[in-house]
Amino acid sequence: MLSFFTKSRIRGGVHAEGYKELTSADKIVSGFPLPKTLYIPLQQHVGKPAEPLIRVGDKVLKGQLLAYSQGLISSPVHAPSSGIILDVNEYPAPHPSALPIRMIVLETDGKDEWVKSKIVVDPFQLTPEDISLRVGAAGIVGLGGATFPTAVKLNMGRENSIDTLIINGAECEPYLSCDDRLMQERADQIIDGVRLMLHGMESDHAVVAIEDNKPQAFYAMQTAARPYPLIKVIQIPTRYPMGWDRQLIRYVTGKEVPVGCRSSEIGVTIHNISTAHAVHNAIRKGHPLVSRVVTVSGGAVGRPMNVEIPLGTLISEVFKFCEVDPSLTARIIMGGPMMGDALPHTGLPTVKATSGVLALTESELKSTDVQPCIRCASCVTVCPAGLRPLDMANNIRMNQLDAAVDLGLKDCISCGCCSYICPSNIPLVQYFKYASGEVVARQQAQHKSEQTKRLMDDRNARMERIARQQEEEERIRLAAKAERERIKAEQAIAAAAAEAAQETLV
Amino acid sequence: MYVLSAIVCLTLLGLVLGLLLGIAGKYLKVESSPIIDELESLLPGSQCGQCGFPGCRPAAEALVDGKAPATICPPGGSALAEQIAALLGLDLDLSAVKEPELLVARVSEATCTGCTRCFKVCPTDAIVGAPKQIHAVVADACIACKKCVEVCPTECLQMHPVEVTLRNWRWTKPIPVFDESETGSALC
Repeated sequence: MLSFFTKSRIRGGVHAEGYKELTSADKIVSGFPLPKTLYIPLQQHVGKPAEPLIRVGDKVLKGQLLAYSQGLISSPVHAPSSGIILDVNEYPAPHPSALPIRMIVLETDGKDEWVKSKIVVDPFQLTPEDISLRVGAAGIVGLGGATFPTAVKLNMGRENSIDTLIINGAECEPYLSCDDRLMQERADQIIDGVRLMLHGMESDHAVVAIEDNKPQAFYAMQTAARPYPLIKVIQIPTRYPMGWDRQLIRYVTGKEVPVGCRSSEIGVTIHNISTAHAVHNAIRKGHPLVSRVVTVSGGAVGRPMNVEIPLGTLISEVFKFCEVDPSLTARIIMGGPMMGDALPHTGLPTVKATSGVLALTESELKSTDVQPCIRCASCVTVCPAGLRPLDMANNIRMNQLDAAVDLGLKDCISCGCCSYICPSNIPLVQYFKYASGEVVARQQAQHKSEQTKRLMDDRNARMERIARQQEEEERIRLAAKAERERIKAEQAIAAAAAEAAQETLV
Repeated sequence: MYVLSAIVCLTLLGLVLGLLLGIAGKYLKVESSPIIDELESLLPGSQCGQCGFPGCRPAAEALVDGKAPATICPPGGSALAEQIAALLGLDLDLSAVKEPELLVARVSEATCTGCTRCFKVCPTDAIVGAPKQIHAVVADACIACKKCVEVCPTECLQMHPVEVTLRNWRWTKPIPVFDESETGSALC
């Protein structure tokens, strides 16, 4: 009976082949050779890009602030190693389009020398606000892939009085095992990070949720959390997308986050386990976020592994270290295979959001042989957001975006379950990604047309005002002219009269 | 007697109702069809004339009269066509509508003489400058009406496609590889 209720808490989802055994058995490799140059994008987070405060030619130490955060939702960027700033310019971004964004190029000097930082003896003596400030200053963002600034989330947690902090150790994407290894090897640090986050949010309870395909990580975390009865470590079923925040909240707490609301509004907030680890590093060691554990995997990788790399390392260097065979590589993916982005080439840097870099062979890709829809409704069954992907895709194909929005396009999380399950290989999630972008573009176009109208009205009003002014000036000019002529005429008359008087006198 | 009272009653009734109608006609007068105003506010309002009508209001009037299709406005693209169709309750096949290519005017600084002609004709004040100073276009305010291109004596103002950056990059639409008509019925 109980299991019946538990099951009903999961909506949709797929059982994807894991391929995690490629990397999950071996320790995190820490001897990654320091690259000669690092490319550090100024925007590795949601929000405003950071603003650089260094100049080309400056010498910087590892962990030194390179660019400060701008505005409320933003995050600073630090030097991943010591060296000299070569350039601050636009370079291709780790994005499917590989369009240029602003980056700081750092030439490393090989010393990897840390900047001096003050270490707090007992961080639990700090005020919660101070914890948030330190987390923000360390450039920590959600490392599960959402890259939302963690400090902002901690602040929101304090404002909304969170009763449950969920720590996401689901790692539901196939291939990825960096969180799994991190939990196995650094469980104590993660639990410490969780306690610091709880302190920062003025909250007590935390639930660490780990998928049941990671028994060793679960065991390690349970052992580490034993001294703290308010931190509960639980196992959750293995099912993609279990790591989606709303799915996880629904499963763990039984509450559903309403459409258009943040999870903090129902008293729950969610952080990734790597974020907790980064918080531990920032507060206990004073180290900002300058490196992360990345899963390098896929059929074309000679030595698949989890490796700790400095942020800004080019993917080509990572691939060289892991002996990727370029001739076998059919697709390069940053992130997991379900939601990650396919990259056009390897000359792109890794960033805070990079949980994995995959080099997949042709046989690992899904067939692109698209067949007509057979109305099997598999996509409806697996959609974790409870949408009807087939109808939405049909509407989008006919360019009826409004109809697709009515069907819930904005609630689509692009998890890719529908495309994965479709027996006809219809690119469903690709339709939704296109349509979501198009809806934004249309909103922008509408906004622009409203602004255009305002500009034109302003211009017309100005033109009218100028015309009126000119008319007025013309009228005044004419009046003045008439006045002058009148005075002239009067003077002439007076002069004539005076002359006449003179004459009579003579 | 009955006849007389009936005549008097009906005459009075007619007079009173006529008066009421007269008053209503004066005070509740509708200047023009409100749907035309609504349509006009949807249209871009740049009076560009690409639809073949001398401005956005005549185009809106033609739409209401049914003389023009919902897809009349090229700069508006399919988004506008969809809005118009929803407002007028029309059925719409959008698969034939071509999205307008986004353009923006740009001043070539090498040939600009600072003649001020372009910013005088710009309907949205998107061009800034002063006499004998090189002018510049505020790209966000440019509506690609091409009026400045027509008046520029040195041809330094040209239309360019809007540059794709990460800010405006979008996923492209998947291309259907099978027969459209076969699955078109699936929607019905």
